[in-house]
Amino acid sequence: MTDAPIEHYVNKAEFNPESAVTLTPEQERYYMASQWRLMWWKLRRHRLAVISGIFLAAIYLSIVISEVLAPYNLHARNTRYLYSPPQSVHLFDDGKFVGPFVYGIKASLNLERLQWTYSEDTSDVQKIRYLCVGDDYKGASYLFWGLFPGSFHLFCPAKDGQLFLLGTDRLGRDVLSRIIYGARISLTIGLIGIAISFTMGLTIGGLAGYYGGFIDAVVQRIIEVIRSFPSLPLWMALSAILPVTWSPILVFAGITVILGMLDWPGLARAVRSKLLALREEDFCTAAELMGAKPSRIIGKHLLPSFMSHLIASATLSIPSMILGETALSFLGLGLRPPITSWGVLLNEAQNISVVALYPWLMYPVVPVICIVLAFQFFGDGLRDAADPYK
Amino acid sequence: MFNYIVRRILVMIPTLIVISALVFIIIQLPPGDYFTTYMNELQSRGEKVDAAKLEFLKQQYGFDKPMIEQYFVWATGLLVGDFGYSFEFSRPVSEVVGDRLWLSFIVSFTTILFTWMVSFPIGVYSAVRQYSVGDYTLTFFGFLGLATPNFLLALILQWMAFSYFGTSIGGLMDPQYMDAAWSVDKMLSVLEHLWVPVLVIGTSGTAGMIRRLRANLLDELHKQYYITAKAKGLPPGKALIKYPLRMALNPFIADIGNLLPEVISGAAIVSIVLSLPTTGPMLLNALQSQDMYLAGSFLMFLATLTVIGTLISDLALAVLDPRIRIGGGAAK
Repeated sequence: MTDAPIEHYVNKAEFNPESAVTLTPEQERYYMASQWRLMWWKLRRHRLAVISGIFLAAIYLSIVISEVLAPYNLHARNTRYLYSPPQSVHLFDDGKFVGPFVYGIKASLNLERLQWTYSEDTSDVQKIRYLCVGDDYKGASYLFWGLFPGSFHLFCPAKDGQLFLLGTDRLGRDVLSRIIYGARISLTIGLIGIAISFTMGLTIGGLAGYYGGFIDAVVQRIIEVIRSFPSLPLWMALSAILPVTWSPILVFAGITVILGMLDWPGLARAVRSKLLALREEDFCTAAELMGAKPSRIIGKHLLPSFMSHLIASATLSIPSMILGETALSFLGLGLRPPITSWGVLLNEAQNISVVALYPWLMYPVVPVICIVLAFQFFGDGLRDAADPYK
Repeated sequence: MFNYIVRRILVMIPTLIVISALVFIIIQLPPGDYFTTYMNELQSRGEKVDAAKLEFLKQQYGFDKPMIEQYFVWATGLLVGDFGYSFEFSRPVSEVVGDRLWLSFIVSFTTILFTWMVSFPIGVYSAVRQYSVGDYTLTFFGFLGLATPNFLLALILQWMAFSYFGTSIGGLMDPQYMDAAWSVDKMLSVLEHLWVPVLVIGTSGTAGMIRRLRANLLDELHKQYYITAKAKGLPPGKALIKYPLRMALNPFIADIGNLLPEVISGAAIVSIVLSLPTTGPMLLNALQSQDMYLAGSFLMFLATLTVIGTLISDLALAVLDPRIRIGGGAAK
């Protein structure tokens, strides 16, 4: 114990009275960030949503180059291999490393059951080729986007060989290639449909919410009526209206419009309730006093304040459109061949006895479920990120 | 309360009228009518058609009258239980439909019950034990259930039953009861077969319900009154059931309005896949052959079922929630 008095502590460092108000660079970055940037930061932390987002982006990119990704073109028929089961990929032949290859298919007619049976021909090793060019097997050439002839593939069977990784269908067409091509239609239907429903939802909900009164009452009733209809029977009825004489392309357009036209009430309702609340805000009155037109107030001042939320909910309703198209085509009321979507492919699996014999016809189910799941996760992540209170 | 009920029922009437008009427009929209299609079909098969007979038939069913008049005849017929005439079956629609409406109703009703019974305990569990292994597992299955379209689920189940057990899980009763009158045995047979469609149709709704209940209950669990209740020493079970659960239950009931159209949609397509003797397959058929009155009555029936279901959910909500009762439903 010492008797010396405890020294009075004085911090020698220069005192900055503003230290409490100056922001660290991170804080400054956070405070200055725009709403979209904040959303992006939040979304990035949501790992499942990010993975789903990347998955979706990859799939959507893939539909641009479906022709290159699929080993066969959409309509290539291998008449010698009808309902051929999936070939499995091997690496070793007889204990020797060969690299990825498939065995050739031996077809024999089973006279008792009157159907073709297929078995692996282990003497026939067919190496899978990568980045191959050339029209040296059946179904190699294609028209890229229906315009430019080509025959470049990411991977393809050996010369004059077969490569049916997911089997073939009734007409001997490669199921895998058809699934890859089907993505093009199935996925764009969701996008176009949501574009239609988004525009309608914004316009109608915007009008109802901004003007209120009579317009609002009418819109509310319409929404109520549409929502009280079970959607699928209504879709069925409307797509049955499309004339049989229409070309498949027109039917595609018709189905998309039907799906989009019946989806807007949910969005319109969200827009309306947000607008009703926001139009009482001061910034809205200010804009009005400065003589802004309603369209400008809605579009420039009101919509941006809840756009992120809207986009998130729109993302969540894309899968229901994809499913709607799949269901309709599955029932035979939707798209018609030669337009190929996943639903059209599943249409072949409608008969249970066919499916029991050739279960690989059910493979298009897998991408449908994956896509819907991915949209669900991504949309959930987006919605959480768009919510400023979370 | 009485006022609220009356007002709520009165609101239903214009909705139903608009729906009936919409249904009528939809079934009228396809170019041509049943007879024209029928005639084309006969001609394409090379058979002779008597034009005079066709005209007579068209006149008989009022096809030559203006639209509005046709609609009124149809709509007033609906009110007294006359659903029009099915051209394909050459019998009144009410005879053709028969049990189908009831079976549709039974399937939808049981599905809703199933949804509740399954999602209630699971939702409460995964909210109370948030981020536990059980919660994660259930959430994962919930997402999977939400993402699997029910007709594909039906297809997969049917395929598995067919290839592993060699039985068909389609149908809603044993074949011998198909045309039999209703009896206890037939009821039992229906109940025996009911679980497959109910499971298939109910999956996605249940998954959604679980997620909503979980989210709602979680919101309530973070509120201060619950912390107070626990702090003053209420046993956990009582604290949960007495306060937050009741609050979280509200949307549970209100959601029937959303759930019901979903269930009815699902039932329509699943019954086509599983070939159930409900409205679905016949609706599809009627739509394809332009049997307009048959299709119209099915659409009308399905929409009415939804509207009435929403009504019941609103009323139940009013019983449960004094705020809605006192507000007299003015908000909605």
